[in-house]
Amino acid sequence: MVKARGDQEALALLTGLGDQPPLVTKAAASAVSSIQSNLAMWSMVQNAWYGLSLGSVLLLAAIGLAITFGVMGVINMAHGEMVMLGAYTTFVVQEVIRTRYPALFDYSLLIAVPLAFLVAGFIGVLIERTIIRFLYGRPLETLLATWGLSLVLQQAVRTAFGPTNREVGNPSWMSGAFELGQITITYNRLWILCFTLAVFAILLAMLRYTALGLEMRAVTQNRRMAASMGIATSRVDALTFGLGSGIAGIAGVALSQIDNVSPNLGQSYIIDSFMVVVFGGVGNLWGTLVGAFTLGIANKFLEPVAGAVLGKIAILVLIILFIQKRPRGLFALKGRAVEA
Amino acid sequence: MTPHILTRSLDRAATAFVLLVAAVGVLIPLSNLLLPQGSMFQVPTYLVALWGKYVCYAILALSIDLIWGYCGILSLGHGAFFALGGYAMGMYLMRQIGSRGVYGNPILPDFMVFLNWDKLPWYWYGFDKFAFAALMVLVVPGLLAFCFGWLAFRSRVTGVYLSIITQAMTYALLLAFFRNDFGFGGNNGLTDFKDILGFNVQAEGTRAALFLLSCLALIIAFLICRAIVSSKLGKVLIAVRDAESRTRFLGYRVESYKLFVFTLSACMAGVAGALYVPQVGIINPSEFAPANSIEAVIWVAVGGRGTLIGAALGAVVVNYAKTFFTSGPLAPYWLFMLGALFILVTLLLPKGIVGTFNSWWEPRRSTGIAADEASAAREDGISAAKMAE
Repeated sequence: MVKARGDQEALALLTGLGDQPPLVTKAAASAVSSIQSNLAMWSMVQNAWYGLSLGSVLLLAAIGLAITFGVMGVINMAHGEMVMLGAYTTFVVQEVIRTRYPALFDYSLLIAVPLAFLVAGFIGVLIERTIIRFLYGRPLETLLATWGLSLVLQQAVRTAFGPTNREVGNPSWMSGAFELGQITITYNRLWILCFTLAVFAILLAMLRYTALGLEMRAVTQNRRMAASMGIATSRVDALTFGLGSGIAGIAGVALSQIDNVSPNLGQSYIIDSFMVVVFGGVGNLWGTLVGAFTLGIANKFLEPVAGAVLGKIAILVLIILFIQKRPRGLFALKGRAVEA
Repeated sequence: MTPHILTRSLDRAATAFVLLVAAVGVLIPLSNLLLPQGSMFQVPTYLVALWGKYVCYAILALSIDLIWGYCGILSLGHGAFFALGGYAMGMYLMRQIGSRGVYGNPILPDFMVFLNWDKLPWYWYGFDKFAFAALMVLVVPGLLAFCFGWLAFRSRVTGVYLSIITQAMTYALLLAFFRNDFGFGGNNGLTDFKDILGFNVQAEGTRAALFLLSCLALIIAFLICRAIVSSKLGKVLIAVRDAESRTRFLGYRVESYKLFVFTLSACMAGVAGALYVPQVGIINPSEFAPANSIEAVIWVAVGGRGTLIGAALGAVVVNYAKTFFTSGPLAPYWLFMLGALFILVTLLLPKGIVGTFNSWWEPRRSTGIAADEASAAREDGISAAKMAE
């Protein structure tokens, strides 16, 4: 009966039995081993869930980058700051709702998502038109210019909102948790996972079925041919960059639920996002998906063994070594597109 | 052979630069030590240390320019080599504290006593000898760069990918050095230094000597870079920068050239770090931050990528501006300035200050240059003939 409970408490009860008749001891021993394997299984599931959750966060932060870096070949070091702007948009929306329409608080995130997309997307288009379009074909210079931009945006937000963390609340449908077997699943992590997959699916559908998606793919594959077919390539560039930035803004809304909203929010994601995109393979959204979840799960399985920091270092070293083997990532583009 | 390389690599601007650095290196310490305090021309000690810092940054900038400006390798992790050199020097300085630490342990540095360690980790052995530490200043960054470059260049990781993985490298080191059980002082790093080679680190005389040494190191680094970029090796490096595949098809082992110059550059960065630590008095893991490495790249871009003088100049100018702005009432706006600098330099001044100046100046004296080049070509012909014998 105790065996059927199969959790930590039962284990403690059984190991603490002390002197008993041999039959009982034997039964207890077998119960202990079965409970232990049960617990080991659940802790695997737990790690896998944490891994999926971390993977979804990484994916969310990296999708926008996969578009600007993967599809356009632009190194946007200010990508993290777009995420930050999305998070601050959420903060502003919640502040307005709190002071004016407190009843709407549960819907604040639904309002924040399109707003964050518009804010970050608009700033993205602005950046593309004023800075990046002069730097196409010079990736290293783009990297430096956007890094400078990220400093400016960070400092601007610091001036406007102060350097400290801002509080963003969870709506009621995102707080709390439920139990599944031996593991606890918090609603906000679950929602973020669903949300990430939804964003990914919408983006994929957009690239495949809409006119803009078609034009984007055409420009990526062969810019001059696309231009001679009558596609306004520079307009497509601006919109693509805006799309990537907008998605980063949406990511900011989701990340505001689980992370501190501070001017440094973006910095902490930028290196990880680049790792995901490079690991997954540039120019391939599916690669980004696989890359994000692989890194997330690998990280969470290494953590109990090596500790949080060493696990992270191990992941970085593994990625560096992996790039030696496959310099173009997991799902590399093949053929002529590689040289472009 | 060597004197010939020297004479050829020293054109007029380079000679002027070397003389200028030498003059600064001698005059500032002299004025600091000999003139009475409060005199108009006396340089206060804190300024000597500050300018010593700039000179170290200039060496770092030179090392970045050598690989970025002449070989097209953009490393966003050069701060890691700088910091490793700094840590090697810091470990020597820690061992020199001896029993004067807070806990008075003759062998273990304070932070190890604090962590209840009972003996020195093996990788701290030997750092009580200056010669060994000085060797490690070159060996540790060099070895890391060699291994990293050997892996990366052989599998042809280039361009942006290389930049991103160098950034990952310095980030991984940052995380590692933050750990207490890594044995390098964790978060606080190494500080509270007392002596270097028996001289008090804080003393005016030592500071002046360190400043002089930094200037000397800058001159030597500059001469090495000059010798490389004006030799045939330098021409191959430029060819790699401009058309890597074509150079490979012409029969050059591109990865060997890159590996050589990358390792050399890492050693230079290590020396810069080693000179930096005693003058600043602390080394901690934040030196590994990717942001520092990227900032160092912008010094080179501001001064002029592919012009050695420009790199050194850029480092001094940007850091002077940084000190000027962050210490005044304008402090909150420094990041705006720095960010704007990144954007404006890449957009409007892609050749940097010196490069732009050169392209403005050169047409005006083109007649003179043509004559110079003719004579240089004649010299080359002569030396080639001599070598053929």
